[in-house]
Amino acid sequence: MSLEVAVAAALFVGVVAYAVFGGADFGSGFFDLTAGDARRGAELRTLVDHSIGPVWEANHVWLIYVLVIWWTAFPESFAAAMTTLVVPLLLALLGIVLRGASFAFRKFSATLGQARLFGVLFAASSILTPFFLGTVAGAIASGRVPADGSGDRWSSWINPTSLFGGAIAVGTCAFLAGVFLAADASRGDRQQLAEVLRVRAVAVGAVTGAVVLGALVPILDDAPTLSDGLTGRAAPLVVLSALAGAATLWLVWTRRYAAARWPAVVAVASVVSGWGVGQYPWLLVDETRIVDAGGAEATLQALLVAVGLAAVVVVPPLVYLFRLTQSEEWSRH
Amino acid sequence: MTPLIAEALQTVMTDPEGLLPARQQMALSLGWHIVLACFGVAFPAMIFVMHLRGIRRDDQVALGLAKRWAKVSAVLFAIGAVSGTVLSFEMGLLWPGLMGTYGDVLGLPFAFEGLSFFVEAIFLGIYLYGWGRMPPRRHLLMVVPMAVAGVVGTFCVISVNAWMNAPTGFRVENGEVVDVDPWRAMFNDLVVLQFGHMWIAAYMVVGFSIAGVYAFGMLRGRRDAHHRLGFLVPFVFATVAALGQPFVGHLLGGNLGDRQPAKLAAFELAETTESPSPLRIGGWYDDGEVSGTIDIPYLGSLLAQNSFTEPVRGLDTIPADEHPPINIVHWAFQSMVGIGVLLMLAVLLFWAARWRRRDLLENRWFLRFCVVAGPLAVVALEAGWIATEVGRQPWIVYGFMRTSEAAGSYSGLWWLLGSTAVVYAGMTVGAVVVLRSMARRWRAGEEDLPSPYAPEPAGEERR
Repeated sequence: MSLEVAVAAALFVGVVAYAVFGGADFGSGFFDLTAGDARRGAELRTLVDHSIGPVWEANHVWLIYVLVIWWTAFPESFAAAMTTLVVPLLLALLGIVLRGASFAFRKFSATLGQARLFGVLFAASSILTPFFLGTVAGAIASGRVPADGSGDRWSSWINPTSLFGGAIAVGTCAFLAGVFLAADASRGDRQQLAEVLRVRAVAVGAVTGAVVLGALVPILDDAPTLSDGLTGRAAPLVVLSALAGAATLWLVWTRRYAAARWPAVVAVASVVSGWGVGQYPWLLVDETRIVDAGGAEATLQALLVAVGLAAVVVVPPLVYLFRLTQSEEWSRH
Repeated sequence: MTPLIAEALQTVMTDPEGLLPARQQMALSLGWHIVLACFGVAFPAMIFVMHLRGIRRDDQVALGLAKRWAKVSAVLFAIGAVSGTVLSFEMGLLWPGLMGTYGDVLGLPFAFEGLSFFVEAIFLGIYLYGWGRMPPRRHLLMVVPMAVAGVVGTFCVISVNAWMNAPTGFRVENGEVVDVDPWRAMFNDLVVLQFGHMWIAAYMVVGFSIAGVYAFGMLRGRRDAHHRLGFLVPFVFATVAALGQPFVGHLLGGNLGDRQPAKLAAFELAETTESPSPLRIGGWYDDGEVSGTIDIPYLGSLLAQNSFTEPVRGLDTIPADEHPPINIVHWAFQSMVGIGVLLMLAVLLFWAARWRRRDLLENRWFLRFCVVAGPLAVVALEAGWIATEVGRQPWIVYGFMRTSEAAGSYSGLWWLLGSTAVVYAGMTVGAVVVLRSMARRWRAGEEDLPSPYAPEPAGEERR
């Protein structure tokens, strides 16, 4: 494996982690938005608050990790993508800002009116952000980001692959969130709430699965390079994702929420990895190969040092945080 | 004011269209974020001291304060995290020329900054939600990695800025960047002092701001142990910082005349090279003429060059297209220095009076000063950044790349700036409303501040 590919792999681990962990946080916005009026939705909203409160900032850092590694390791392609995709990126950024700020504000709101305002902002931006990030992924995967950054500001991200990318992102986020929230509710002895979430999570999962499979049809046409990869090298991952998704739905349906978390993560991680493996060896599909995109060699080596350090310094406390938040003690408040 | 307008007009007329809005956009988002970044850096240490005192002495007042500060930090860190993300995006969106060309030179410290941000966010989550759910001592220890990560993160971010001022760790050959050494770029010649200056500034901003909150309470007649302790702990931090800052700042400026003569000339309003150079306070630079200054002989040479004779190089020796906007830089620099000196004298006065057994907390005018000291420190912080950043213009990478070469070619950047201003104004209002409502409820005797998700009757369900 060349140095460039090693760094790209480290970068992509960040993409997958953001999709899974950050995605589960964003997805809770969907359930928050659809929880019903203030009285009926109070319990679910409290659960959302409690579930993502301790972890969302840490999960958000995966995005920073991805950006930083991208611009340091592959600077020209980063500048190219940023320039072409400025519109969806700015919209995603707006969503990130509104989501984070209004989530924190809602938690300490003094009145129901304030909590409502911040709650709507939080929930709506939680849905819009993954959509726009999904369109960015679709633009890169369908070869619409020219190496010199001169891509069309609109058609680069308003096209079949991008729009399906956005829909898949929203769906997978909601799917993950549904499973995790159901598990949280059940662990915190709120069986009634878990029941409500169970039905919604299964519905969201079924729809998302259908969208992912259905998206393959237009993508075959719209993004030939990606679809070659998806039907070739990445095919096992697509199959794995489908199987894990089905297993998740079955486990949720039979109320084994804690166990369902694992296949849910596998399903999303493998669909995202399918995209990465599918577009390999391209960094910007049909434009820039990973091996040609790397910056200075000394910098790539230094980045691997940073990644190694992250594995030692960041991963253990992250695991500790997750263990705490997924423990019974922390769920009973 | 005319020289200022002329300066602005000149910038508009000679630069590419997208440059000015991109610079204003960066200034707004960076200027907003830096205040919250200060809280991310300095607040954990203050919370740690307060929490430690609470546990060690079984001091319920201290524990209560630590708990409230933790809740406040939850709000501040959240908007700090998202406004920091804005900057990550803007690096690429606004400055593709910089990131495309020099991304692999300057990027490494950002990677380490990302790691420290990770650590900070993880332990923040554990600490905030750990109250009452963990053994007290272990819970307290969760603040330590947060505080350390804040320091490391500051170093990394400042490292990039220091590199822009003193670029190193690469060569340019036939227009190509070669021989990249990211470690050398990260540990450049300027980073240690510039880091020190910013790190201390963070403690000044947070120390004075938090102390000011309790000074305000005392002015309103709330003179209990809670307010005294809430004032004193941050004020001690601010004291140490305010006393150290002038020296660190002086050291940082030490060889500025060799590194960036145009910046120093603008700081000192040196139109021509004079030996010895006077210290020029106030005044204007207009079309090669300096007017309206109060001159103190020798002091310019003494402060800027550590010498009675060595001059400050005049602007007339530097090509006009390498001049920064001089009046902005001069006034920003002098505001920073002026406020810094004022704050240093104020803390000296407080502790000198205390040593003479006089408590200035009984003095309403001193309390009033403490209330404005926080905002003053923020002004000094912003002014300092304006001085160094505007003073580096027209360069983004000093001596290597002009800011105009780094900007992208977008239309509509003014719209972006307008929307950003609206969003940030909204976020500021939101934060103020929420923080004030928290303070109000705390005063009314509430402790946990559960959020109202439902009309009252459903409130029983909450625990």
